[in-house]
This record gives sequence, C-alpha cells and structure tokens, in this order.
Amino acid sequence: MPARFEREKRWRGLEDRPRASRSTLVALVLASATLMTLDQQTGDRSPVEPVRAVVGSAFGPVETATAAVVRPFSAVPTWLRTKGSLRADIRELEAENAGLREQVAAAGYDRNRLAEFEGLTRAAADLGRALVPARVVAYGSAQSFSNTVTIDAGSEAGLRPDMTVVNDDGLVGRVLRVTERSATVLLLVDAESVVGARIGESMEIGFLKGRGELGHPGSLDLELVDDQVIPAQGDSVVSWGSDGAGPYVPGVPIGTVTEVYASVREQSQRAVIEPYVDFSALDVVGVIVPIGTASDRALVRADGSIG
Amino acid sequence: MNPARALLGLVAVVLALVLQVSFFPHLAWHGVVPNLVLLVVVAAALSTNPQFALVLGFGAGVLLDLAPPADHVAGRWALAMVLVAWVASRVRQDTRPSTVAVLATVAVSSFVGTSVFALTGLILRDPVVPVPELLSVIALAVVWDLLLTPFVLPPTMKLFSRIGRPGREATV
Repeated sequence: MPARFEREKRWRGLEDRPRASRSTLVALVLASATLMTLDQQTGDRSPVEPVRAVVGSAFGPVETATAAVVRPFSAVPTWLRTKGSLRADIRELEAENAGLREQVAAAGYDRNRLAEFEGLTRAAADLGRALVPARVVAYGSAQSFSNTVTIDAGSEAGLRPDMTVVNDDGLVGRVLRVTERSATVLLLVDAESVVGARIGESMEIGFLKGRGELGHPGSLDLELVDDQVIPAQGDSVVSWGSDGAGPYVPGVPIGTVTEVYASVREQSQRAVIEPYVDFSALDVVGVIVPIGTASDRALVRADGSIG
Repeated sequence: MNPARALLGLVAVVLALVLQVSFFPHLAWHGVVPNLVLLVVVAAALSTNPQFALVLGFGAGVLLDLAPPADHVAGRWALAMVLVAWVASRVRQDTRPSTVAVLATVAVSSFVGTSVFALTGLILRDPVVPVPELLSVIALAVVWDLLLTPFVLPPTMKLFSRIGRPGREATV
C-alpha cells in the first residue's frame, strides 16, 4: 500500500529529526541575534541599510502594482450604504453647517489673529516649494508596532530623506528612506516621531509626540516648552520647523487640542491633539520639495498650478 | 534541500508579504492585519521537515524586517519566525495534523510570534509601547490568524507536501 509505505517513511524520518533541527535552530537564532545587534549598535551607518535599499527597490514596484489592483475593490464597501445612513449623514452635515455659519458670524473677534496666522502660512507657501503627488501603496501592520507606510514615489521623483509629507487634511509625516521608485514614510502617530509644533492661537511652541496607535483617532501628545501657557480645547496646532534645515516645513496644520493635562512631575503642560489626518485611511499624499526639482511626474505648485 | 520546494517557499512568502502590506490594511482591525507570512511558515512546518521550516522562517522573517515599509531593528521578525517554525514543527511530532491540531498550532504560533517580536522590542527599546496595548495587539493578531487559517493553511500545506515529496525520498 503506497499510503502505509509513505507513513512508515515519515515516522522513520522523525527519529533523526531533533538533533539536526536543533543545531539549525541554534544557528538561526544566533544569526537573528547578530543581525539585531549589528543593526541596533551601528545606528544610521548600519550595514543592513544597503540591504534594505535593495529589498526596498525590489518590493516597491510589486507593492505599487498590488495596490493598483486592489484599489478599485477597496472602495466597494462605501457603495453599499442604506438610504437611512445617507439621510443621517445629510442631517449631520446640515447641523455642522449651521454650527460653522454661527462661528463665522462670531469670528470678527478672531480675525486679527487669523490674519497674522494666514500671513504666516502664506509666507511659507511663497518660499518656493512644490508638491510631488504620490499614493500610499503599503501599510506597516500594528503587529510591527511602528506606523510607517510606503509611497509610490522615490528618488526618481525628486524625493530625499527627511522631506515633509502632507495630504489635503494636514501633516502626515516625513520621508525616512527612499529607493528609486518608492519611499518609506514615518507617520506622525508613530511612537518614535517627534515634531516641533506651534499652537495657532497663542503662537506657543512645543513638541508633538506620537503614541503609536493607528486606530481611530490615533491621538498625539503635545508638550509645551513654556509651562505657564495652558492651551484651550479646540485650539489648532500647526508645525513649527525651519526651512531647509529641519525635516518639517513650518505652518502645516496638524490637529486640534482635545484634552489638557498638567504634568506635576515634569513641570509642563501636556495636551492631547486629535490630528486632522485620518492615518488609517491614507491614499493620495504630497511630498514637499524645493521648486524646480527634477521629477518623473508633474509637480503641484504652491498656487495650485501643475507643472 | 529541494530547490523546487525552496522556490515555492520563496514565492509563497513574497505573495503573503505583499498581500499583508498592500491588501489587508484595507480590512485592518485597529491596524492589526492577519500575519500571512506566519501562516505560510506554519504551513511549511506542518507539512515538511523542521530543517526546511526553520530556514524558511528565518528567510521570511528577514524579508519582513527589510521590505518597506518596515522600520524596526532588522532581525526581530527573523528571530520570531525561527521560533514559530520551531514551535510548529514541535507540535507536529506529537500529533498528526488534524483540523483542531492545525488551529491550535496556528493560535500558539501566532501568540509566540507576535509576543517574541514585542519582547525584543521591549528589550531593544525599539519603539516603547505600553504593555496593555501590546497584549491587545497580540490577542487581535491571534484572532485574525485563526480566521484566515481555513483559507491559507490547507492549500499551502498541500502544495508544500506535493512538491516536497520527491525531494524527501531523495534525501532519505
């Protein structure tokens, strides 16, 4: 019987299994430990970095292609909506509209400060920057405990590490590393992300740290430098950076203050920020590059023109 | 090692990895996606010899560590996957893989894999994540992996044992 023959052979195979596999196990565990030590100790000049670049340039196009195939299907759930839920949406939006109209009517008081703030952002917009449009093609999973995504633009599109990534809602993150056709972006919500931030209302500065949570709403912690200032709920927060030097360009909207804690031990105020960007549903993003960058695609200029 | 089986292992791991980062995030549950690469490694451990499963686990782990958008210390998934392959091939020595045994193996492997990865993160202080959050991610990952088991494990195991058979006869 072939079946019995097969089984016998398998059982015979079992006997000499443990010894051979144990030495392989030890060797591979040691190899992993060596790899970890090598990558951890050498930091930025890690010998693993070139290997990462090679694997990245191999996987980038594959991820881009897969995302292009998947994209039409990922929109399907949004088609299947009941009339009731659409009606509820309309009601909600109407209520929000009314609220916003009320705010606009009462906004005279805030106009001066707003003018100042707008001047700031306009200055930033006029400093000669352009956007490279890109799409998010791969997400790091929560099991890896880091919040990174891959985008389908790389060094051929003019991207370099440490460039600012935004979308239509606000600041998304910064570029970590690039290959020819793809780049890895560190999201604001990552536990290792730190951004200089400024409260739009009081112009106070602080540091914004991610919490490492990707799910809704993926909040951020803001620690203000001046412990006398207490941010108010609903204050807006924009990025505070330096042109050219720092990874983040100044004046990009980040989010609003939702809660404020006084941290007694550290003698500072801590605020929780809800970002404008929905980090679990990123699609089209823009990477801020100097104007005139050679790119494999059309750049979006500050005034909205494409070229 | 049989080259056809090694090739199959590589293709399966690459396919699983690409689906895991580019397709499943659309269905993610608090950012947690099914760990398809882990399922492929478990399938290899349940249907081939431990030696192959360990090497495949290491290779798959290194790819998970290096392929974008990964940004953690390289070697962390490699270690986790090697241990997963070892645990899964241990289980097989005692029981012949019935449905319940396969599900149990996947649950244990998923728990071990994500936990080892999280522990190395705590030791290396790679990103500092609070322990309750670690635990909830580990639990969600086990549920996802169990949900995907009926769709991934039977075909992968069948492929591995069919392609591996001539190779095994040659080595015995």
